[in-house]
Amino acid sequence: MELDSLYQEVILDHYKHPHHKGLSAEKDVQVHHVNPSCGDEVTLNLSVDGGIVSNISWDGVGCSISQASTSIMTELVTGKSVADAYIILDNFSELMASKGTMKGNEDLLEDAVALAGVSKFPARIKCALLGWMAFKDASVQAIDGSEKP
Amino acid sequence: MKDFPILRRSMRGGKRLTYLDSGATSQKPQSVIDAQSTFYAEKNAAVHRGAHLLAEEADAAYEGARKIVANFIGAEIDEVVFTKSATESINAIAYSFSNSGAGSRFSLKPGDSIVVTEMEHHANLIPWQQLARRTGATLKWIPVTQEGRLDYSTLDHLVDSSTKVLAFTHQSNVLGTINDVAQLVAAAKKVGALTVLDACQSVPHFAVDVKSLGVDFLAFSGHKTLGPTGIGILWGRAELLDAMEPYLYGGSMIESVTMESATWAPAPRKFEAGVPNMAGAVGFGAALEYLNSLGMENVHAWEQELTQYALDKFSELKGVTVIGPKDAIDRGAVISFTVEGIHPHDVGQVLDQHGIAVRTGHHCAWPLMKKYGITGTTRASFYIYNTLADIDTLVAGVISAQEYFKVI
Ligand SMILES: Cc1ncc(COP(=O)(O)O)c(C=O)c1O
Repeated sequence: MELDSLYQEVILDHYKHPHHKGLSAEKDVQVHHVNPSCGDEVTLNLSVDGGIVSNISWDGVGCSISQASTSIMTELVTGKSVADAYIILDNFSELMASKGTMKGNEDLLEDAVALAGVSKFPARIKCALLGWMAFKDASVQAIDGSEKP
Repeated sequence: MKDFPILRRSMRGGKRLTYLDSGATSQKPQSVIDAQSTFYAEKNAAVHRGAHLLAEEADAAYEGARKIVANFIGAEIDEVVFTKSATESINAIAYSFSNSGAGSRFSLKPGDSIVVTEMEHHANLIPWQQLARRTGATLKWIPVTQEGRLDYSTLDHLVDSSTKVLAFTHQSNVLGTINDVAQLVAAAKKVGALTVLDACQSVPHFAVDVKSLGVDFLAFSGHKTLGPTGIGILWGRAELLDAMEPYLYGGSMIESVTMESATWAPAPRKFEAGVPNMAGAVGFGAALEYLNSLGMENVHAWEQELTQYALDKFSELKGVTVIGPKDAIDRGAVISFTVEGIHPHDVGQVLDQHGIAVRTGHHCAWPLMKKYGITGTTRASFYIYNTLADIDTLVAGVISAQEYFKVI
């Protein structure tokens, strides 16, 4: 069924058992993002230490796609440099825009390739990107903050 | 059903379309589609301007549509203003109020209040929030009970001598609740407040007569009433429209103009600046004629039957909660529900796989969702072309979502 390309097992696993969920006290910045069309929300705490994502945690409410995608994203960026995280993010955004024509680079995206099917459902792409956009926003703020004297 | 060409198209996997999203927008009968294209093919010209045959015919078609609307809601012809949508209509009222000079009966000031309800669509909430912000007036709201009805016991203390406007929906687009207009109008009349009725979800579904409702203003959209998009109605009592300031300025709405100033044409023209949506108005006229041919009593009776059937079926579903009144009394054909363990977006996705079109999310009534402690619902809304079989399809779809996500 077409649905199975959207709801891969990996996604349902992350949805039922999300990683890094529950806000940790340690944070440089906190951001709150919403998807105004469906009301899904994510709050993300981020710490960046010497250009490396040292701590990321989140909380939120949303559909299986937004929750799983956020969980996968936090796994992927933890311990990576912000620059490397951006490469992953760009790659993932490209995958989401691919209208089902790309499979995704598994070396880079790991579990996130399971979200490739989302790109065939235009209404769900925003769900998949919610957490990633929150991370991008938070990382920009964290870096800006650390550059201030 | 045969009159609605879109219902013949096929959906994902060749499934037939089960359209349960008429609360967002209705489908269009062929006669509406034809009326619009015939207007463009045969009569197109700018109304109120030309001195040629086409302009005369376009004028007649446009004004003819106005007459159909007026008859449909029991209004005088000059009380019917064409806008682009209900949203514009409500904003029009709010902006007209704030364009009125101090001392006018429409002007608001600090100490005045505007009362709305907790079940409003954003289109009948935010314009009032903003009017309050512009004028310093206070916004208050009538709370909703757990059953999804207005808490009328709060009326007496919420609607008081400070109240200048009471704006409320006739039927909730989320809960289906039909509000007690008479009681709300009586409360407003007692204190001299103006009433604004959001009739987006009532005019399409049952007979509405502005005079017997006793409200001062009413707004609804063409596209939820079998008509085209881009056309809406603002109705106001004649003496109020006469006294009100316009909210959009430009061509066609003036009486005379100098380099320094201008005076306004009488209503409805003064509220219709610019070349209007003529084809939209004509298509809308055809939509109302279609409804007239069915008879609004029949429309209402059929929807009552659908509602009762859907409520019965839903009450048998495990893990499914209907948000809104559980009985069909004073309730329209809208079923909002939550499914335990599955987010509305995911429910909607599985239903889509079965060719069922529903709306998911907060339905432009975010505060209402917060009130019930949910992020959103799945909403099935019915109209004349729906059948009992559509409801069976929906129920089967919900069960298949529960199976897919392994929550039953
Ligand atoms: C109750 C209610 N009010 C207002 C509106 C706004 O109508 P429109 O978007 O056509 O302006 C809607 C439509 O969603 C509605 O359901």
